[in-house]
Amino acid sequence: MKLELKGITKRFPGVVANDHVDLEIETGEILCLLGENGAGKSTLMNILYGLYSADEGEILIDGEVQHFAGPGDAIAAGIGMVHQHFMLVPVFTVAENVVLGVEPTTTGGVLDINEAREDVRQISNQYNLAVDPDAVIEDLPVGIQQRVEIIKVLFRDAEILVFDEPTAVLTPQEVDEFFKIIDKLKDDGKGIIFITHKLKEVLEVADRIAVLRRGAVVGSADPATATESGLAEMMVGRPVDLKVDKSEADPKDVVLSVKNLTVTNLFGGTAVDDVSFEVRRNEIVGIAGVQGNGQTELVEALTGLREIAAGTVIIKGEDHTNSTPRQIHDSGVAHVPEDRQRSGLVLGFSLTENFVLDSYYQKPFSDGIKMDWKRSRSEAERLIEEFDVRTPSSEIPASNLSGGNQQKVIVAREFGRQVDLVIASQPTRGIDVGSIEFIHERIIEERDAGAAVLIVSTELDEVMALSDRILVMFDGKVVAETKPSETTNTELGLYMAGAS
Amino acid sequence: MTATLTQHAEGVRSPAEIRRSRVLAIVYLVLAVLVLVAFGFGSEGSATFVLSRPGDAIQVGSPTIPGSGLAFVVSAVLAFLGARQWMAGFGSRTNLVLAIGLGLVAFSFLAWAADGASFSLVGLLQEAMKRAVPITFGAVSGLLCERTGIINIGIEGMLLAGAFTGAIVGSTLGAAAGMIGAALVGGLLAVLLAVLTVKYRVDQIIAGVVINIFVLGLTSFYTSQFLVENPALNNAPIMRAFGIPILSDIPLIGPVLFDQNIFVYGMYVLVGVTSFALFRTKWGLRTRAVGEKPRAADTVGIHVFRMKYLNVIMGGLVAGFGGAYFTIGSVGRFDENMTAGRGFIGLAAMIFGRWHPVGAISAALVFGLADSLQVKLGILDTPIPSEFLAMAPYLVTIVVVAGLVGRSRPPSDYTAYVKE
Repeated sequence: MKLELKGITKRFPGVVANDHVDLEIETGEILCLLGENGAGKSTLMNILYGLYSADEGEILIDGEVQHFAGPGDAIAAGIGMVHQHFMLVPVFTVAENVVLGVEPTTTGGVLDINEAREDVRQISNQYNLAVDPDAVIEDLPVGIQQRVEIIKVLFRDAEILVFDEPTAVLTPQEVDEFFKIIDKLKDDGKGIIFITHKLKEVLEVADRIAVLRRGAVVGSADPATATESGLAEMMVGRPVDLKVDKSEADPKDVVLSVKNLTVTNLFGGTAVDDVSFEVRRNEIVGIAGVQGNGQTELVEALTGLREIAAGTVIIKGEDHTNSTPRQIHDSGVAHVPEDRQRSGLVLGFSLTENFVLDSYYQKPFSDGIKMDWKRSRSEAERLIEEFDVRTPSSEIPASNLSGGNQQKVIVAREFGRQVDLVIASQPTRGIDVGSIEFIHERIIEERDAGAAVLIVSTELDEVMALSDRILVMFDGKVVAETKPSETTNTELGLYMAGAS
Repeated sequence: MTATLTQHAEGVRSPAEIRRSRVLAIVYLVLAVLVLVAFGFGSEGSATFVLSRPGDAIQVGSPTIPGSGLAFVVSAVLAFLGARQWMAGFGSRTNLVLAIGLGLVAFSFLAWAADGASFSLVGLLQEAMKRAVPITFGAVSGLLCERTGIINIGIEGMLLAGAFTGAIVGSTLGAAAGMIGAALVGGLLAVLLAVLTVKYRVDQIIAGVVINIFVLGLTSFYTSQFLVENPALNNAPIMRAFGIPILSDIPLIGPVLFDQNIFVYGMYVLVGVTSFALFRTKWGLRTRAVGEKPRAADTVGIHVFRMKYLNVIMGGLVAGFGGAYFTIGSVGRFDENMTAGRGFIGLAAMIFGRWHPVGAISAALVFGLADSLQVKLGILDTPIPSEFLAMAPYLVTIVVVAGLVGRSRPPSDYTAYVKE
């Protein structure tokens, strides 16, 4: 089977997400689609999968023009997709998820769950994808959930499989495992489209590479001859420095001291389990770990957003266990939350309003009764200038900005005053390379200015690049402590997977 | 979030569970004291519970129970349950134990209320089954909608519209037509709800409230302006009870479960069919997938909007039919606002029953019992003012919804689905 995309163009209000994109892939090869966040990779694949309709251009299979009105049509044509955020129903079993939409039934629409189980078993044997058909999805680790997604696609007899950022949620070991799986799929005659922004992975698995920038294909490369820096330049459009420059840390007095901290999650389970650590002035401590191992709850507990069940949090010598977020903020703590759109910004508010969100009640922005908007606006303009936020004005809603610029707004608000402790969770998730570089520099500047910095990230490379000291969280516990100079990605990956 | 965090080991209780356990334990202990003081020392003679009707083929004896003795036993059991709840909890059986405990309190209360007289238990339960009908229909209607991701606050309005249509169509074209008409009108209101919430993404609560207010206003207006002057239009035939051969001869159970009218039997069928359909069929799997994670359903080619429309409309048909109970199934005439909040109680029953039809009917029976109790006790000479007795079903609702049942996880993502 040969799949061709010809001249695909998709416009959203204000942006051209895809600009006359041409691509082709045949079964039995792995095509890597490389591009930054926001380059239009996902839009393109959603068009291919029938979730969006293209404004221009056509999709051809073996030379025949296809019209996909919905995912059902794409599936029928032999295209399968494993989405970045898994499309699994958390309370259903593996078998139920696999057959959903094409259920085997006996008379009268009664579900034949035994048949479904058998099908899952058969596919998992054929492709070495071990899963228990009766396991409930929400009990499974992410790596296994991904296998379920793959089985789901194979069950629908897909010839071309699209993987959207498949490695983003995996540990290094799971990534290796995943690469074996797609190699096997290729050998069995499937075509693979692998979407990513990670250069190393591209060079490891691709047969061909296509690079997407600002919605257009800007080039292709042969993995045998391509280099990381060459690909990065093609992806970003200018030479990029992939390394973070920073001097040796010189840790001073303790700013944050966490002792035996225990926090429960929404469902009453233990999310953070007896965690103790310290963060000192002039040092960056990075917390590595696969998402969902208690990092979110840890940060929320430290910033007063979640009740602490046991243990103490001491900031600058004062007990802040279960203090309110404002008390913690006022003691000189900057917090860059994990989800910028949900908890970092009020999307419908203007930039000015977002900038004073943490200090509107204080002088000089308010006299206790009414706001001083003029003053707020001049502060906003100062921060926009200093933090290089690309925006036409300080009065447009935050929702109009790109992810990178939204993140800069948060960083500007949090770093714009004198702070002693910085807590940053996923500070560069899903933003462009330019913004990543900028934010990394600012974080190091904060450290050098004497702040204690705690970084939580699921991107191993980011933790390795920024941290002076690394803690690894697994299943709510700190399972390892090390330094970037004394460890490797592989070793950290083992800790992240629970090996000790 | 990975599994290791959302799950917790068997036997280990989270702080939230412990907190709930403590609250429940205190409730048990308070009840134990109350039963002891009010019923234990407040009863002098014995109560006679009548277990069969005069015409029944098999007569069973009518046990006489001393009110104070029973109260002492119940109080002791409650105290034990309270202690056990405080120390270890009952795990997944907490609600069951709670139901048994409350049942004992109710029994002891009955013995006290009927002190020195005889009281027809069979009559009480028979009435409870009937009164559970609109609540069950409301609850199943609600869960059909919620399983697919739409909150249906408009059940009250759909029941009321069903009652009104049932009365008018029943009076003119007969009972069968009345029932069909009632279901169709409920379905029509559901179309409105579905269009508002699915297509126009109106807030689901507001859309439901709109339906309630609209129906209340419209039916009240036509009742006072139209039905009052044409009494012939508000005189529907009433569905009589008929016994199911053999089954209705079983003592106690027979008259309670199998000597009822078509609405009660309809309730059994409804619960059976929806339970099976939701959890054993293709339709059920898709419905639940659409409710739990619409985008996942969409990406495997399921028509999310179509499923939502289908289920909401089915929910409307169920509620409309259930509404006809008030007129065709009960008194034969329509009165203003005669549903009196039964739709909302149905919603409470749905939550109490954890979005499962069997749970819903069980919860509806609890409410039905409270409802029936206030009617039957009105006849007995109790020192409790009748206004207080009339509060019983609503009081039970408040207690249930206020968290005695613990936090339930709704099966759905209720945000309006936006197709990208």
